[in-house]
Amino acid sequence: MSKRQKKWQAFMERNRKSNGYLMRKTLFNIGYKFCRAVLIFGLCFLIIQPLINKISLSFMEQQDLYDSTIVNIPRHFSTENYKLSSELMDYWKALGTTAYISLFVSILQVGAATLVGYGFARYKFPLKNFWFFMVILVIIVPPQTIMTSLYLNFTYFDPLGIFSLITGKPLNMINTIIPYLLLCIGCMGLKSGLYIYLIRQFFRNVPKDIEEAAYVDGCGKFKTFYRIMLPDAKPIITSCFLFAFVWQWTDKFYTQMFLRKYTLLSTKLNGLAGSLDAFVKGAGIAEKAEQAYSSAIIATGTLMTIIPLLVIYVFAQKGFVESLSQSGIKM
Amino acid sequence: MSKKKRKATLATKNAIAGYLFILPFIIGFLAFMVVPLVESLRMSFSEVTVNPQAGGFTMEFLGMYNYNEAINIDPEYKIKLIENLQGMLLDLPSTLIFSFFVALLLNQTFKGRGFVRAIFFMPVILSSGVIVGLEYNNELLASMKDVIAESSNASSITTVLQDMLVTEGSETEQFFGFVFDMIDHVYDIAIQSGIQIIIFLSGLQTISPSMFEAAKIEGCTAWECFWKITLPMVSSLILVNIIYTIIDYFCRSDNEVMDYISTRMINQMDYDLSSAMAWIYFVCCMVIIGIISLIISKRVYYYE
Repeated sequence: MSKRQKKWQAFMERNRKSNGYLMRKTLFNIGYKFCRAVLIFGLCFLIIQPLINKISLSFMEQQDLYDSTIVNIPRHFSTENYKLSSELMDYWKALGTTAYISLFVSILQVGAATLVGYGFARYKFPLKNFWFFMVILVIIVPPQTIMTSLYLNFTYFDPLGIFSLITGKPLNMINTIIPYLLLCIGCMGLKSGLYIYLIRQFFRNVPKDIEEAAYVDGCGKFKTFYRIMLPDAKPIITSCFLFAFVWQWTDKFYTQMFLRKYTLLSTKLNGLAGSLDAFVKGAGIAEKAEQAYSSAIIATGTLMTIIPLLVIYVFAQKGFVESLSQSGIKM
Repeated sequence: MSKKKRKATLATKNAIAGYLFILPFIIGFLAFMVVPLVESLRMSFSEVTVNPQAGGFTMEFLGMYNYNEAINIDPEYKIKLIENLQGMLLDLPSTLIFSFFVALLLNQTFKGRGFVRAIFFMPVILSSGVIVGLEYNNELLASMKDVIAESSNASSITTVLQDMLVTEGSETEQFFGFVFDMIDHVYDIAIQSGIQIIIFLSGLQTISPSMFEAAKIEGCTAWECFWKITLPMVSSLILVNIIYTIIDYFCRSDNEVMDYISTRMINQMDYDLSSAMAWIYFVCCMVIIGIISLIISKRVYYYE
């Protein structure tokens, strides 16, 4: 008798003893698992599909786009689209600028948010609840509401009349990166409130004993934060940093407002359709690029923009997902 | 006596340290939030004239003029605003239900869970900023879909089901219309509910397994466990998610109202009118958040 048969016999024996309950339960479980697997596969496919679609579009030649027999696999395989979009987007330059600006901005943002989050989690001070409510307010108020005023104020930057006193007229800072950096240091950058909230949540869950031991041993307040709490908080800080980096990478709103002078991927990608039209017109082929062709170019451009992010996500996703889902967000 | 005094100084020291830690926030908040907020409110009630020679801009009080212009005179704003708010209210329940459902799925143990989670959270990263706007403009996909539907001469499953289930002119039509609308937009819903899934998942993981064990021993079925344990335990997160979804909706880069406001402001330099529009939108959203949280917070169950 083979092993499998033995197992089956034992199973039937147990089933008989339980009046058929075991059989029903097992069948139900198998059915449930099957349905779940189908559902999960379907939902995953739903999310992945546009990405696959973009990849296949990006390798198609122009004639393939109109051929209705071609759905996913291009017949005339070419990398022409990549060449054209990287030329139109000024890709390498934009990539470099985007990388260093995103890095710089997200370090400032998360650095400030870590300090503030730690302060909220660990110290008691008067009006603490009031200030924390203000953090929530910062998360809630859409940046568009205050943008008009910020824009004008930075165009005519003149705190307390200092600049008009020295140079005779206010300073125009709108075309420099300084206003945006100031916003980031002041925790008012892109979604800064959310980072403060997440980091505070993390620090609140760390047991106080380690810190108290450090204080007893004569460690100062800032040193305790820097040497003891900060290494502990690596996972949440990393994921906030990743969020900040990625969101900055694709951000349109703040970029449009403050960083218009820089060649950034998000601005370039936003204007890609327009520059393609201009290119086609300039080459004397047609008045405007054909719609299908311009979609293919945009898909290529989008892919080129998100490939660095995809690479980062593949390496970082585990720590990312785990640390966030374990941070225990509570109201 | 001396002991008491020392204690007091420690508390003060802590308070000072606390304020030092949150100093960046306080400065940033006062300078880049309170001042602009008040100023933009003032702008919305006045006429802004930009005057580079005189060093900046001047404001002249006008009363409700800008608000009147935004609502009654401007041809597009009101329509866009109403459509947008309707869209938000429709999106809200579908996003919540979908994200809660997915969180329940992802909380179970099965093979390849890490991989599936990674896929579900990918939209958080990839569908942000510019990319969302581009995604919607992708008319090629839409036209391709039409071509395929025509050539294969088959309608989608949802339309067939809709024909079967919905009798025209009946009460059920609206409800089913909503459901089918939701099914048609499942992709949009899936890509915008990444953070909500994370929030629900973190809530589900804090429920202690011993609770389920006890319920099971008492003879609770999975269905009852869901309504009596899971739902009450995460009910406070539903409120968090509602607020997050609304905020996310008006901060998204493909939000038409915000787009309209930005173009009015940057391209046409209508600083006063655009701040009035932004304030109207903001107040509408606040009112919605307020009403919903009033209704929900009475039903929320706080454990501990």
